[in-house]
Amino acid sequence: MATETLTMGKALNTGLRRALENDPKVVIMGEDVGKLGGVFRITDGLQKDFGDQRVIDTPLAESGIIGTAVGLAIRGFRPICEIQFDGFVYPAYDQIVSQVAKMHYRSQGKVTIPMVIRIPYGGGIGAVEHHSESPEAYFAHTAGLKVVTCANPQDAYVMIQQAIASDDPIVFLEPKRRYWEKGPVDLDAPLSGAYPLHAARVVRPGTDATVLAYGPMVRTALDAATAAAEDGREVEVVDLRTLSPLDLTAAYESVRRTGRCVVVHEAPGNLGLGSEIAARITEECFYSLESPVLRVTGFDTPYPASRVEEEYLPDLDRVLDAVDRTFGW
Amino acid sequence: MAKGDPAVSSRGRRAAPRSRRATTGEPELVQLLTPAGERIESATGPDGTEYRVDFTDEEYRGLYRDLVLVRKLDAEATALQRQGELGLWASLLGQEAAQVGSGRALRSQDMAFPTYREHGVLYCRGIDPIMPLGLFRGVDQGGWDPNEFKFNMYTIVIGAQTLHATGYAMGVHMDGRTGTEDGEAVIAYFGDGATSQGDVNEAFVWASVFNAPLVFFCQNNQYAISEPLERQTRVPLYRRAGGFGFPGVRVDGNDVLASYAVTRHALDNARLGQGPSLIEAYTYRMGAHTTSDDPTRYRIASEVEAWQAKDPIARMKAFLDRQQLADEAFFAEVDEQARAEAVHLRERVLNLPDPQPVSMFDHVYPHGSPELDAQRAQFSRYLESFEGSAH
Repeated sequence: MATETLTMGKALNTGLRRALENDPKVVIMGEDVGKLGGVFRITDGLQKDFGDQRVIDTPLAESGIIGTAVGLAIRGFRPICEIQFDGFVYPAYDQIVSQVAKMHYRSQGKVTIPMVIRIPYGGGIGAVEHHSESPEAYFAHTAGLKVVTCANPQDAYVMIQQAIASDDPIVFLEPKRRYWEKGPVDLDAPLSGAYPLHAARVVRPGTDATVLAYGPMVRTALDAATAAAEDGREVEVVDLRTLSPLDLTAAYESVRRTGRCVVVHEAPGNLGLGSEIAARITEECFYSLESPVLRVTGFDTPYPASRVEEEYLPDLDRVLDAVDRTFGW
Repeated sequence: MAKGDPAVSSRGRRAAPRSRRATTGEPELVQLLTPAGERIESATGPDGTEYRVDFTDEEYRGLYRDLVLVRKLDAEATALQRQGELGLWASLLGQEAAQVGSGRALRSQDMAFPTYREHGVLYCRGIDPIMPLGLFRGVDQGGWDPNEFKFNMYTIVIGAQTLHATGYAMGVHMDGRTGTEDGEAVIAYFGDGATSQGDVNEAFVWASVFNAPLVFFCQNNQYAISEPLERQTRVPLYRRAGGFGFPGVRVDGNDVLASYAVTRHALDNARLGQGPSLIEAYTYRMGAHTTSDDPTRYRIASEVEAWQAKDPIARMKAFLDRQQLADEAFFAEVDEQARAEAVHLRERVLNLPDPQPVSMFDHVYPHGSPELDAQRAQFSRYLESFEGSAH
């Protein structure tokens, strides 16, 4: 059975299993990733099948997870580190930014750090503070790191394997509120012929406006496009997938046709990915634009208490409102 | 007078003066060569381990040669900085014995993770001393392969490398390279200031619970730039190991023989699968933190003089002399070798080429980057636009 219907969480779990099977140097390390299978069960069953030398329950210290993974990488391993929640990555920030990101550069190419740092991120699950953040801009701003995020089970299954096979250190952001959403996954498709990891993809064609989204907001953007279509407006949706490097080739092509562009992300707008994307689109598509590039984002506040997070997070109506505004210029 | 440890027993008697015991002669300090150059046959560590060395005459002379060489090369680097040829230099002056002793204790298969001051260890690994000078001259940021030299690139962020060493040591264990006499061991260097870092304490936890084949080698040189040991700890540093579940020992870091003995013992325990340990090499940074520092602002001359009397090279020379293991011709020959190597080093430093500006775009990612290629091309065109102009 080549294609199965899986949740994103199970797709990631299956992708990790494949990676452990295919390369004996791949190890998974993190808090509660062993017997428990991770707090989101993404590593469920892996320690049982691959042993506690391949799937390592670590002490509760994020800098320790990343710092020891650096040493393992120098030794020739390919560590996959799980950071339990977005808001807990900051103790590891120094190791990620000052060590992981720079080792290849400092060594003039003599050391590679083929590490994947998996981070469940984003809001919408009614969590307490520090469990709903979107830290992608911090990492996308750092040269030497790559940052990707998946939006559906098929991509989750393929992209996690591509990230593990890559020689780059990759921050792999998992939209935790989409872990339970199901979709078809082709389990037999070879990695070699897969869609490239660092490439965006048009996930809904349209002619009137372009919406750029990634991770948890792709579903929101698609829902908005469906609603817009009922009003006779065809919105093209691009799933960016790779946040560093950004791949805006499809976005440029789309915006040159539509003349209108809205960028959507959960992270705060100020100096978020949307700022960089708007700048680049303005540089590349200036004479095609009918309106400024607009952003629909989280607000420039700390992530709020969960009873008001639905108001904080961009939703279908805010995306449609922004699309409408691009027609008001 | 040397800085003593904050006396543990004085807790609760805050008005009592701090202990000012001289460090040498403290029972807790493993020493095999006194400051006067007298050999001590064996010394006992806090856990009852008996430390001794059994070197040939040639090996004793070799250690002396190492000490003199690394001091001379270090002095040359300091001079190069003063003359504007290096941007910065972190001198090891005073710490030669701790570095030569531990460096020579490493076996060829062992891996070292240095800070930015382990020039003596690097030398003892057989590595060309020019290698780290590119970093201090500003022509590169390391640029060597840790696995080729069994010596990681210098790490400037304090304590970060102790976690790398721990992970590497976990990998040694996972590769099945412990448990035999030809197994591998790992050594992590850091200073007294680093013991306050979270990363170092996390490394202690990890190494302990994973029983990593690792020696934590702390050169306690009494100062973290300006801050004295008392600002980092209330207990002797080596005793911290106990709280993490592995042995700790304090060695006279100005005694190359004892530094060798304790390190060799700890490394061999590690390679045999007996887990991590902590060595506190009790020493003194005779110079500034780096060439940018002015130690006269925070310490007094008499303290430096007291440590001068415990100089690691003078005591080794006195020992060789006393035992008639070396004569004046030998000492003169070593000095001449040191002078010649320093001259050779200087010549090569002056000839280190500046990197091409566009080389800054190289090696950011293992398999290149179209985005950076575009930036490089754009910047190249910009540079070329000046060609033929007055500038």
